[in-house]
Parts: sequence; C-alpha cells; structure tokens
Amino acid sequence: MPPRRSGSRLRLPSSPNGGAAPGAAPPFLLRLGLTIAALCAIDALALALAFSLAADGLLVPAALLLVVTTAVNWIFVSARAYPVRWLAPGLLLTLLLVVYPLVYTVYLSFTNYSDGHLLTKEQVVAQMERQRFAAESAADYAWRVYRSPDGSFTLWLTDAVGKSFLASGEMGLQAIAADDPRLGPVDPEDGLPRTIGESAKLSRLEAVRHLSELQHLSITAGDDTIRITSLDSAARERQKYTYDPIRDLLTDNETGTAYRPVEGTFTAADGATLSPGFAAVVGPRNFGRAFTDPQIRGPFLGVFAWTFAFAGLSVLLVFTVGLGLALVLNERRLPLRGIFRSLIIVPYAIPGFISALVWVGLLNPFYGPINLGLESLFGFSPPWFSDGTLAKVAILLVNTWLGYPYMLLVSLGALQSIPDELYEAAKIDGASKRQQFRFITLPLLLVSVAPLLIGAFAFNFNNFAVIDLVTEGGPPTPGTATPAGQTDILISYTYRLAFAGGRGSDYAFSAAVSILIFFIIAAITAFNFRFTRSLERVSENV
Amino acid sequence: MSRIAPGLPTLTLGTKRARRLDVGLKVVIASVAAFYALFPVAWVVSAALSPSNSLVNQELIPRGATLANFLRLVNDPQHPFLLWLWNSVKVSGISAILIVSLTALAAYSFSRFRYRGRRTGLLFIMLVQLFPNTLALVALFLLLQQLGGITPWLGLDSHGGLILIYTGGALGFNTWLMKGYFDTVPRDLDESARVDGASALQAFWHVLLPLVRPILAVIGLLTFIGTYSDFLLARVMLKSTENYTLAVGMTLFIRGQYTKEWGVFAAAALVGALPIVLIFLVLQRQLVGGLTGGSVKG
Repeated sequence: MPPRRSGSRLRLPSSPNGGAAPGAAPPFLLRLGLTIAALCAIDALALALAFSLAADGLLVPAALLLVVTTAVNWIFVSARAYPVRWLAPGLLLTLLLVVYPLVYTVYLSFTNYSDGHLLTKEQVVAQMERQRFAAESAADYAWRVYRSPDGSFTLWLTDAVGKSFLASGEMGLQAIAADDPRLGPVDPEDGLPRTIGESAKLSRLEAVRHLSELQHLSITAGDDTIRITSLDSAARERQKYTYDPIRDLLTDNETGTAYRPVEGTFTAADGATLSPGFAAVVGPRNFGRAFTDPQIRGPFLGVFAWTFAFAGLSVLLVFTVGLGLALVLNERRLPLRGIFRSLIIVPYAIPGFISALVWVGLLNPFYGPINLGLESLFGFSPPWFSDGTLAKVAILLVNTWLGYPYMLLVSLGALQSIPDELYEAAKIDGASKRQQFRFITLPLLLVSVAPLLIGAFAFNFNNFAVIDLVTEGGPPTPGTATPAGQTDILISYTYRLAFAGGRGSDYAFSAAVSILIFFIIAAITAFNFRFTRSLERVSENV
Repeated sequence: MSRIAPGLPTLTLGTKRARRLDVGLKVVIASVAAFYALFPVAWVVSAALSPSNSLVNQELIPRGATLANFLRLVNDPQHPFLLWLWNSVKVSGISAILIVSLTALAAYSFSRFRYRGRRTGLLFIMLVQLFPNTLALVALFLLLQQLGGITPWLGLDSHGGLILIYTGGALGFNTWLMKGYFDTVPRDLDESARVDGASALQAFWHVLLPLVRPILAVIGLLTFIGTYSDFLLARVMLKSTENYTLAVGMTLFIRGQYTKEWGVFAAAALVGALPIVLIFLVLQRQLVGGLTGGSVKG
C-alpha cells in the first residue's frame, strides 16, 4: 500500500475558530449567536412536529425525529463534530431518501402489503366491530329524543306495532307503562309527553342539531344494541364481530365461528377468511411465490429471461455498432471526418424519452415511414407492437439507436490510445488487417472498455424508460395472474405490480422483485469491481 | 527495412488500391450511419414544420412549411406543454443546485478534514449508492405518502417531494466525484488561507470553490440532464396533468389520437430536446473527453 499523502502533511487544528485572529472575536460571537438562534428554531419546529406525529399515533417516526434533532444539535455545538457539520445536510437526506427506503423495501418484501391488506390490524378490527347483523330480536323504531339539563339523551322509541319504549345509555331499553310517574304532560301535537323526568323533548329541528352526538349513542339491550340509523328511524341490531384481544380471536356473533389472524387474514378453522385483511409480516413467502405459484411462475420466468436477453443483446448491438463506426471514423484519410463524427453522435444529445417516443411514431404499423417504406419495397408491413417477437425487435432497434453513440465515443478514445507501433510491428510480421484487429485492437480495446460494457449491461437491466415508452411492456401475455407483458423487464414488472391500476397493487411482491434485481445488480457490480480492481483504487483514495 | 525490400514494391501497389477501396467503403458506411442517426431527427423536423398535423401522408420535405404546429402546441388546452417544460426545468434546476451545494459541502469535509469515521463514511456512501433509488420505488412512493400527511408540499403529486427524491438519490455518487476533484487541488492553498486567519468556511468559499468551478458546472449540468430525462420516478410520484414533467406529459401525445397529433408532438419533441441539446453543445468537450479519459485509464 502506498504511503498516505495526508499522513506527512502539516495538520491544522480543525476546531471552528482554531485559526481565528484576536480581531475576529465579534464575528465569532455573532456567528455563535446565529448558530444558537438557528438551532433553537430547528428544535422548536422538530418538537412541534414530533408532538403532532405522536398525537397521530406515529410514535416511531416521532422518536426518530427527536433522535435526529438531538444528533443535529450535538453536531452543531460540539467542536469535535465540526467536520460532520459539513456532511450533515447531505447525510440527513441520504438517510431519509436512500437508507430508509432501502430498509423499508426489505421490510415490505416480507409483508403482504397489497390491495386488501393495506390497513393495520387495529383499523380492520375496528371496521369489523362496526358491522351489524339482524338477529331474531331485530326491530326498527321511530324515535324522538329528550335532553336532560346535563346534556344526556333519552330516546322515545315506537316499534312497528305501536308499542313504546324508553331508551338511554344508562337504563338501556324499557317498556313504558302508561302510569309511569316520570312522564310529564302530553303534547297534543304528537301525543308524546313534553318531559320525562328532568329531560325536555327536543323538536325535530333541535334534534338535527345534535345529530352527530345522537349517531354515536349506542344503547345496549340484552345482546343487541340500538342505534339511530336515520332522521326518523332507529334500529335494534346485534354486533356482527367481537374481537377478544387476549385470545386474539375475532368471533362472528351470528354463526359463532371464531377467526384467528393468519398472515394478515382472519381465518376460521375451516379455512374461510374475512375481507379486508390487514398488513402483516408473512416471511419470505413473496420470494418463493415467483418460483412456485404456477400462475406467476410462467410469466415471471419469461420476464426474467427477457431482462437478461434485452440487456445482453442491447450491449452487444450497441457495442458492435459503436465499435464498427469508431473503426470507420478512426480512419485518418476519411474525408469530412469531423462532420461525420458530429452527425453520427447526434442521438447522444437528445433526451432518451423524446427519442423513444419519436421512434414509436416512426414504427407506427399503418402510417409510420418505416412501414410505408418496407411495404413499398418488400410488400411487408410488420405489426411491431401487437406481436411479441416483433415488439422485442422494435425495442432493440430503438435501444441501439439510443445507445451506440456512447460506445462510439468510448471506443474512439480507446482506439486512439493504442500505440501505432503495435500495428507497424504487426504489419512487418505480415499480419492481415483482420489479424491486426483480432489480436491487437480487440484485446487492447476490451481492457479499457469491458468495465463500461458491464456498466451498460447493468444500466439496461433497469432501463425502464425504453420499455415503457416504446411498448408499455406489451403486448400482454394472456392468462396471467400478474400484469406481465411480453416485453416487460424486471423493473417495469415491479412498476406494473405496484402501480398499474386495473389488476390492483401488490406492493409487497413488487418490493420482493426489487430486492431480487438488487442482488443481480450487486453481483454484476461486484464482478465489475473485481474485474477493474477499481475497489483498490477507491481504497487508495480513501 | 532492407531485408524485406524485395517484396515491397508489389505490396505498396496492392495496398494502395486496397486502401482506396477501403476508404471508399468507409465513406459508404459512415454515410449510412449518418442517415441512420439523422433520419428520425429529419423526420421530426419535417413533421413539426409541416402544415398538416397528421402522421398520414407526411412528406420528408413538407410543401409550404409553417410554424402552425408550434402555435397549436402552445395553445393546446389538453396538453399544457409550456407548463410541463417549466415544471421540468424547475424540478431539474432546483435538484441540480441542491445536489451541487450538498455534495460540495460533503466533499470538502471528506477531502480536507481528518477525523474518525471518515473512511467509514466514504465507504458507506459508496455502498449506499449501489442501490439505485428506482429499486426503492414502492418505498419512496409510500414515504412521500407519509410525508404528504405532514407537509403536503413534500407529498405525492408535489414537485417538492420529487426534488427531494432526485437530490437524495444523486448525492452518493456525486460526492465521490466531487471529492476526487477536490483532492487534486493542493491542500496548501486553503491551509495557507487558514493560517492567515480565514475560517474553514471562508477558505472553502473564497479559495477552494473558485478553483473547482469546472467540476461544479459538470456535476450540475449532468444531474440536470439526468433529472430532466427521468421518466420512472416522475411517472409514479406525479398524478395531476398540471404537475407533470415533460417526460410524463409527452406520453399523453402518443395515447389515443397519436397519429392525428403527430405534428404537434413533433414540435413538442423539438422544443423539449432543446435545453439538453444546448447543454450538450456547451459540455461536449468535457463529456467526450471525460468518457474517453475514463475509459483509457480503465
């Protein structure tokens, strides 16, 4: 290992005012004041935010926010942490936008987070417990309401056969005897008493004003509850599900079936399930699904194979065209060499998304110039976007146009770095042009270009834009459980799994496929590093 | 040389003719390649200038060229093209400025200070940037959903959130690039400023930054090109037409009435490509030099 440059250097104290002259005192004080003021502002903001988060029940983010704020305070107060101050903003953003999403993706891939499993368990239980069913005792009532001076409500309920009841939170449901001493004088308008004990009857208009409170009124009558269901009717129903947190069981009160939460779904002993399910950790199931679920495996393996074929063929085509043109442009006697070079690299200067869309127009099977040309020359008009194989050809054609200028520039540079003496020596030894290319140009070129080829492979492996803009992954593969088109590559497949409407969103499976892509890319990168030994260069620079 | 002299005359005669043939062949290949490279561009220019808006019966040299398609583009109520262009320039511009500022600060720390955890920090950044943020698509989507609950201007369908994602994702790689360039500037320069009483911030601002302007410009412009051309993240995060960036908005042209909107689309393609073509012309020497330089060192 070479000696580190920094080791032998004069090192200055790196505290914030280490080199400050005596005259620099006022600006230093000013700066300190500003620092403290800024920190106070940040702390106040963070505290307020943390409280509002905690109030919403998001305790983990709130705690994280406080930890980060404490770290920021330490960094900006401690002299030892001075160098970290320069890193703080970038580091925070990297943690929030790279590290957190990375960890979150891994977590998601082990859950069942998808349509039908988006809520938390608490939310699902609350939703279930709100459901009612009509038991034999079920009945509908007309209601009027009485309000006591302390604000509690009593309902006067009349059932279908004209029998009247009193109901309130405290007393439950009681049949009314005509001689009940609590009943006040009768109002001739509706035949109901004006008062009941302390409570006074509310007009319908007044009742509307209290409607939101009234709707939350839940009156127990035996196993049933009585709830106000509309402006003039109340219903006696039974709660459909009851959740027992201790035994972790959800019981159906109508049938008596007990449901146990299994991997985010309430499941009965006979396998019946309730919907919606909730988000839960289900283990590595998503990774297995890609290879075992018969409805997913076929299309998934198709996508998997095409991803490698697409990336590999793209690199091959781009490199062949690029190198071929580099050999042509490297010819010193070529007339107008500079102009040819500028013209041929034009695609490099145009944003890829625009070129891709332009090519969709050029390849239009009915009116596009390419098909019109083929039609008039050969009487053949390929349906580029409705046939799987042709769609793949179209994508490769477009991608070659997008990518060859890069390889051309790279190869041109590498060609010019090969010393002329080698060719002269080869000529003297009687080597043909082809032999010179085979034994001098290609090996020397590959030494410097091979890492870039691997890089290009990794880039095309995730080249979402070209696929989605040219074919949108289509044409669709018939009869699949997941939305996999015939030209979809893994990255566009993850996109379609998570966001492509129609079929629903399977975030968890999408995250699992992302992790898979990551391992492939990581392997390629590791191979590339080893190949170029650039890791060693990196560690020297550190 | 004299040893092989007997064979020379025939050899040169043969090669001269072969060479002329060879050059001729290369001119043909170069012409075909230039046609391949330019044909789509020429076709789009022609479509944009054509008085017709349709892909049907388009001619390469339009009769009666007009700017009608550009006017249609600017006044198209369904496709607010100028708004999309502005959104793209705004999002890419702010991202580029943030990336350059944050990476310059971080690179200064890594390049000029020596402290515990520095090596770890550098390796951490190196490893972290191996995970491209497009792979964390779902997590980023849900992250913005959560952030949007707190501050809507960082949530889904906001430019703030998109800028945040672009900036966060580009920091790792560019910090390395920037640090490498900072390392080539002798430390003695800013250290002598420190000895003269400048604070680290002053040394950074007045001594180092003016010397590293080229890398600031290159990183700024390259990240601008990168974010301007991004399709996937913008597609996922932006929901409403008036918030679209150009890359997302332009796909609307090719849905449905594509063949009837071809002229307007071509005009949009020309105007939309313009900022990047201009940057490319400015950067051409660095881009080409950088590519080949890097490759030769390999």
